[in-house]
Amino acid sequence: MNKSEPINCEEALRLLAVYLDGELHGGEHVSVEHHLNTCRSCFSRAEFERRLKAELGHLGRDDVRPAYEQQIRQLITQFTTSPVKEPRDE
Amino acid sequence: MLEPNANGHFSVARMPLATDAAKWFEASILGVLPDLVSAARRLTKNTADAEDLVAEAVAKAWLNLATLKDPSRFRGWIFRILTNEFLAARRSQASEPQLESLPSDTGDFSIFEQLHQPFLLWWSNPEKEFLDKLLREDLIRAIESVPETFRVVVLLADVHGLSYQEIADAVGVPIGTVRSRLARARSILQKALWEHARDAGVRPQHRNPDVT
Repeated sequence: MNKSEPINCEEALRLLAVYLDGELHGGEHVSVEHHLNTCRSCFSRAEFERRLKAELGHLGRDDVRPAYEQQIRQLITQFTTSPVKEPRDE
Repeated sequence: MLEPNANGHFSVARMPLATDAAKWFEASILGVLPDLVSAARRLTKNTADAEDLVAEAVAKAWLNLATLKDPSRFRGWIFRILTNEFLAARRSQASEPQLESLPSDTGDFSIFEQLHQPFLLWWSNPEKEFLDKLLREDLIRAIESVPETFRVVVLLADVHGLSYQEIADAVGVPIGTVRSRLARARSILQKALWEHARDAGVRPQHRNPDVT
């Protein structure tokens, strides 16, 4: 169903996390979006949750020790070459 | 041991059939290695264990490369392998269920609501100031304090941006369970962040005895 229905604050907040995760679709997505455009309180809440989620997203990549990266390269080399047998082995 | 040459290429003689796949695999892994190490460190809370976990996941991934039907889904696929490896290791180690140590009073904790207590409204923009003062280590400490069952889902969703379906596949539960665990995880995470922020002086100390 894509038709949106007006929703109150309680309903908007119930759907807010799924909306911010980009997992709300159709009419519910439109309803939350419309509510956030018209309700300052819920808009502020959404902005807070969105920014906190963004801050968490900044933790997604750690520095990798060069020696460890080299170990991973060697591991991959070892795995990607080992299944192929030399003719003299057969 | 066979080493790539200066261009990162391998000897074709040793890998007559798998050269392209091997090169693609290596480039793909190295592209997400900082992500995998980050996730593994949050899961294991230990750099050495995290590096072992990533290495195991990389090996498992190569052995199961045929299960990756769509290369554009590599990221979700490798995170699923990493998560599976972690959970399998934990299951074999754990003598008791992880769910037993859950806090009981964190069903719907919200930092935003705490910051909007009437006695704090003198703050001009409390939620902005709160977020501005948060450090990376504050967030890491809060994430690592979340019980494992919930830490996995909030880590995959909020830190690594996986979809609900990818998380469901990684953890092996239905999407509805992902949603409910995620809601609980965020509540636990926000409460941990709130309490840590109080201890670190990130949020104002107030005199209301009812709010801790």
